[in-house]
Order: sequence, then structure tokens, then C-alpha cells
Amino acid sequence: MQEMHERLLACLPRLRRYARALTGDSASADDLVQDTLERGWARIAQWRPDGDLRAWLFGIMHNLHVDQLRRSPPPAVALDDGDLPAAPLAESLGLRDLERALQQLPPAQREVLLLVALEEMRYEDVAATLDIPLGTVMSRLSRARENLRRLMAGQPPAASLKVVK
Amino acid sequence: MNEAELQAWVDGRLPPDRQAAVDRYLADHPAEAARLQAYREQNAALHALFDDVLDARIPDALQPPPPGATSTPGSPGTGGEAAMSRSSAIPAWRRMAAMLAVAVGAGVIGGAAGWTLRGAGTDSGTGSMASGASQALATLPREAAIAHAVYTPEVRHPVEVGADQQQHLVAWLSKRLGKQLRPPQLASQGYELVGGRLLPGDSGPVAQFMYADAGGQRLTLYVSSGQKQNRDTGFRFAQEGNVGVFYWIDGSFGYALSAAVGKKELSQIANAVYEQLQPN
Repeated sequence: MQEMHERLLACLPRLRRYARALTGDSASADDLVQDTLERGWARIAQWRPDGDLRAWLFGIMHNLHVDQLRRSPPPAVALDDGDLPAAPLAESLGLRDLERALQQLPPAQREVLLLVALEEMRYEDVAATLDIPLGTVMSRLSRARENLRRLMAGQPPAASLKVVK
Repeated sequence: MNEAELQAWVDGRLPPDRQAAVDRYLADHPAEAARLQAYREQNAALHALFDDVLDARIPDALQPPPPGATSTPGSPGTGGEAAMSRSSAIPAWRRMAAMLAVAVGAGVIGGAAGWTLRGAGTDSGTGSMASGASQALATLPREAAIAHAVYTPEVRHPVEVGADQQQHLVAWLSKRLGKQLRPPQLASQGYELVGGRLLPGDSGPVAQFMYADAGGQRLTLYVSSGQKQNRDTGFRFAQEGNVGVFYWIDGSFGYALSAAVGKKELSQIANAVYEQLQPN
């Protein structure tokens, strides 16, 4: 009994960290965590005691996040050079700039990058969590990293990105 | 050198021989080395940016969404949605933790679609639920044990209203349950009242009183209203994991005393509780 309690408790900080990085603000993040727990609770019968609780919960959070984006896509405008830093500022760009750049990535790339880089999930687990092929995980990871690098270096991104607001 | 291998190098996911092969490749390709190094720095920077969330206190307000939100209608187990005001709802994750714990303990997960707290009274977990009185009798100790397991580990917020406001506590819970409640005094058993809280129960609001002894051992008395079978029972005992539960029904109220102590010790306390609850 205590063990399960602790396993879930152990997942909660990571769910919150991931949600925070995914959504870009604390309030939306905790709403997402709350919805994830609610849905997980309603579907508890589908979880198997021998399963990976963390991957199961992250999968639920992913689906909810996708649903949210579908329902109310954030106001977005095409990115043009004027929105980017005028000169390469890689050395002086702080963490806030990283966060801003992260939010400019397409959500599908951001998710993969965060699960790999922040959650340190194995690629196979990322594929299972997001229900996408392993090859898609690797290509999104590669694009996400390169786009983030270019954004941080003040270069135009390779892919068509969107800027929130 | 394929891109997937280079990505795996960034994350340190390659077997040693491949890691070394990429190292050699990068020694000859400085632009690629710089690119991959930037990716490694991204990993570190993302941790620097977000890891503080890991240590942040979990807000108490991880509560179910308000009525009408997408994910709650039909949520099993709480019963009496009307009683689920935001202030009294158990935060979602705690409820889920307790569900998981009990479900695993009873071995009912796995193919038992639609498993609910309400239906958890039988060992099989599905189907063939006995109805009426025996069902209520079966769910009472489990509900009480869940509530016990959820709240007794709480350090900061074990109760909603502390024993220092006992008058308010008693008046509040009595009003919500529609019965004049008197939390038993268990000092002669070594337990002091810590306080109480209101919970949603299967058949209506539930009051939970919490006690602790000098060693920090916690004891909960779960008082459930709206027992419909309306017949009295003697003491019964159930063991839910490491939590022992003595329970009985008195008129329309169900009582359950839970603690992780031996059956004998718990039975002595249960007797004291029972005696004090009798009208003088």
C-alpha cells in the first residue's frame, strides 16, 4: 500500500516539471497535471501493476496536451527575422531566452526534446509514451535540437516555426 | 555516421564501442562536434531551467476540476457528487494513490474494467456484488482504510480543522452530517484528538476524526452518514493492507476505526469509542 503511494508521489514532481516546460507557465502546467491525474484516476482499470507508471502518466498528459492544443490553438504568427535577436548572442543568452526559444518549437518537437533531455527517457519509452514510431522520435529530436540551437544563436530556424503571441 | 547515432551520442545512449567511434568521427569534424556539443549544453540548460520544479512544494490545490469540465463526469468512487464541493474534495492525486494502493492490494486491477470504489467490496472486484446491507458493510471498512491511508501520512495538513478549534470542528461536521457528533475522548487509551475533516463518501458526507498518540501513531475514526439499510450490527474487523479496521453500523450511521496497530489493541480502543458514542 505504502509502496504504491510512494510510487505515485515520486512521479508527481516529474509530471509537474514536464508540464511546466511543455506549457511555459506554472498555472497552465498545474492545470495539466490536475487533468492528467483526473483522467488517470478515471482510467485506473487500464493500468497494470507491472506497467511503467511514469510512462503511462506521461502518455495521458501528452494526449491531454494535444487535445488542448487542438481545441484552442494558441494565437500564433509567422516567425520572421524581425522577431529574432539581431545578432548572435549565444554567450549572453540566459535561461529565460532558452525558455522563450523552447516555446517557439512546434509542440511535437518540444515534447520529444523534453522527454529525452529533461526526463531522460529512453528513446523506445518516448516512442511508447507518445505512441509514435521510434524513427519519428529520432527525427523530431534532431529537428528540435537544431531549431533550438539556431534560435539561441539568433539564426532563422530551419523549419517553419510559430511564435506564440 | 547516421544522425540517430549522433543524437544518441549526445544523450550518452550509445554502447561504448559506438560512443568511441563517434568520438573519433567528431575529432575530424569540428563543425559537427560544435553542433553536438551545443545539444549537450541544451540538455544541461533545460535541467538548469526546470529542475527547481522537482523540489517545489506540491500545491494542495491539485483538486478535481469543477463540474462540467471534461474529465470528471462519471468518475468512479466518490459518490455523492453534490457533496464534492471543491473545499472538501480529496485532491485528485491522493485519491488516485489510495485507489492504486487498494486496487493492487486486493489484486483487482487487470481486466476489471470499470473497477470502482463502490464495487470494490468483493474479493473478485467485479460483478456479483451483493446488494444492500452487505454491500454497504463491505465498502465501509475499505473506504475508511483508504481515507486513513490517504491522510495519516500528511505532515502539514493531516486535518482541515484542528482540535484547538474543537467547538467549531464539532459544529461544522455535525451540521454537514446532520447529526450531533461527539468525538470520543481517547486519552485513557493514550490518544489525543488532532482534528478532523469532511470527506465525500459513498452514501453521503463523511467525517474523519484523527487522533495521535505520543509516539505519533495515528488513528482515524470514520463516521459515515446515510447508511440506508438502517440496521445495527456488532463489531466487525477487516484488514486492509497494514491497516486494521473495526467497523459497525448504528442506525443510519456507519463507524470505522482504523489504525496500523494490532487487532487486540484496536479492539480495546474500538470498545472505548463505542461506549462513548452511546447516548447517555
